[in-house]
Amino acid sequence: MIGDRVMIRYIVRRLCYSVTLVLGVMLILFLLYNVMGGSNMAVLRMAGKHATKEQLQDLREQYGFDQSLPRQFIELARQCVTFDFGRSITTRQKITTMIRDGAVPSFTLMAPAFFITLILAVSVSLFCAYRRNSLMDRIIVVFSIAGMSVSMMAYIILGQYLLAYKWKLFPISGYEPGLQAIRYIVLPALIYVSVAMGSEVRLYRTFMLNETNRDYVRTARAKGVGTGRLLFKHVLKNAMIPIITQVVILIPFLIMGSLLLENFFSIPGLGNMSIEALGNWDLPVLKAVTYIGSLMFIFGNLLSDVLYALVDPRVKLG
Amino acid sequence: MPADFYRRFRDSLWGVAARQVWKNKLAMASLAVILIYILLGLGVYFGIVGADYNTKHKEEKINPAGRKITRFREYEIPSGEFWLGTDLFGRDVFQKTLYGVKTALMIGLITSLIAIPIGLILGAMAGYFGGIVDEIIVWFYSALASVPPLLLLLSLSLIFGRGIHGVYLAIGLTSWVALCRLVRGEVIKLKGVEYVQAARSLGAGHFRIIFRHIIPNVLHLVIINFTLRFCYAIKAEVILSYLGIGVELGQPSWGNMIQSARQELQRGVWWQFASATVAMFLIVLAFNLFGDALRDALDPRLKRG
Repeated sequence: MIGDRVMIRYIVRRLCYSVTLVLGVMLILFLLYNVMGGSNMAVLRMAGKHATKEQLQDLREQYGFDQSLPRQFIELARQCVTFDFGRSITTRQKITTMIRDGAVPSFTLMAPAFFITLILAVSVSLFCAYRRNSLMDRIIVVFSIAGMSVSMMAYIILGQYLLAYKWKLFPISGYEPGLQAIRYIVLPALIYVSVAMGSEVRLYRTFMLNETNRDYVRTARAKGVGTGRLLFKHVLKNAMIPIITQVVILIPFLIMGSLLLENFFSIPGLGNMSIEALGNWDLPVLKAVTYIGSLMFIFGNLLSDVLYALVDPRVKLG
Repeated sequence: MPADFYRRFRDSLWGVAARQVWKNKLAMASLAVILIYILLGLGVYFGIVGADYNTKHKEEKINPAGRKITRFREYEIPSGEFWLGTDLFGRDVFQKTLYGVKTALMIGLITSLIAIPIGLILGAMAGYFGGIVDEIIVWFYSALASVPPLLLLLSLSLIFGRGIHGVYLAIGLTSWVALCRLVRGEVIKLKGVEYVQAARSLGAGHFRIIFRHIIPNVLHLVIINFTLRFCYAIKAEVILSYLGIGVELGQPSWGNMIQSARQELQRGVWWQFASATVAMFLIVLAFNLFGDALRDALDPRLKRG
């Protein structure tokens, strides 16, 4: 069928475009960590004030900065393609292993937090669209804007202080693998939900209201469809398209975890790992985590584009 | 003529938008808050207020051994003398919070001066020239937008080194993509508009068309972006300072104050945390609300419910 061929061509084209984006990410990483990070100034800062000439030279060799830039780029591309990022400068562990180990706690924390936020935010925004401009709707909007305006650090510090330190409802920080993890992730997950709710409710409410202004809604209403049915059957279905796009964008965070939350609650996930790498100037680890995060973002987007094309006939394949 | 000018302004996009914002009480209240903060920031900049932020207040005491010692008046609770208490070194938290206003506004302003020209010019070029130029610019910002924002921000400020200049550069260089996208979309539409075609047929060069005819007509996007960016920049500073790659410790910023609050809260010292959080909350809220009102007024297509 012609349709199939168009679809396959579309998928191949999107895939090729994604590959060029991956190349772009490599270029950005190269500029960031090799060109700028390899500059004399950055190396000096890494080595500290009292480094000797030999130490500086050592450092350059460790990071491969002593080689020519084209060679450094080839090496970076090789690492990115084979996923062999070498060893961490500080822990001496293989970076691939570190990332695999770190992904599990991050996922354990973020997956529940993420889905609770999604379900709550969609329900609340649907309610707002249902009771548009009512007192409740206004209160929710005010609260979500106010919630967005508080620093995430304030949520974390206050949440940890009140719930864990003062009222002793949760452990202050830490992590254990397996089922024991639940004890440790409830508080950070709770904080994530409260941080994320504000902006998500506000965004999803806009999506819902955009849909309620459309012709098909008026038609359905004219035909006598009740408000509840209209919202759940018609509006929600259509509003899910931008919502899912938004969710796909957030997927890398599922694995990456929230850097700050993990760091604050000492959860040994990828976020915490990146912050520690940051503190130790462990550029190879930072580079690998950044690359993996970007890769997930790009392929998440590719996936959502292809899914739309399959599901929604209105999506142009041109 | 003034009357003529007034009539033209009244009926222009800006005039209509100004009236709409003027009628919005919440937006005007937000604007008032923003103006107060700007005044405070200017006051700090010129040394009129908040100049005393670094004085380590000391007191003399007789210790149990009968010796006279001088010590910092650390962690004093809010009082008539120190409205918001003192910190570990006996510095006035109220003065520090005031100084933080300047730090925060400078971060918003300077990062905008970095990000807005990049976003505006690249977006205008991509939209106007199309073809290969467009593809390269879109490719570059899509790749940049694929990198997890927080990691990009952290890596950049790590490389630029601790200090306020690193913060400016890191936030500025990572936050131009949204504006660039919007401008590009708008310019693609404007390219076909009659007055642009007229300018072209009159022999205007690309440079003149872009700067005289296209950019003035996307300025509303810039203004909306400028307002909303402050929220992002101020919040980003707090995160960078917490992680020790933000503003230097000697210079008070809300991020530094919140960072030290982590240990202080457990000793029951809440005032530094509360002052910084509330000061920051008010200004970010004001910028959020005012930016939304501006967006509704200037860009009716993006109308929110």
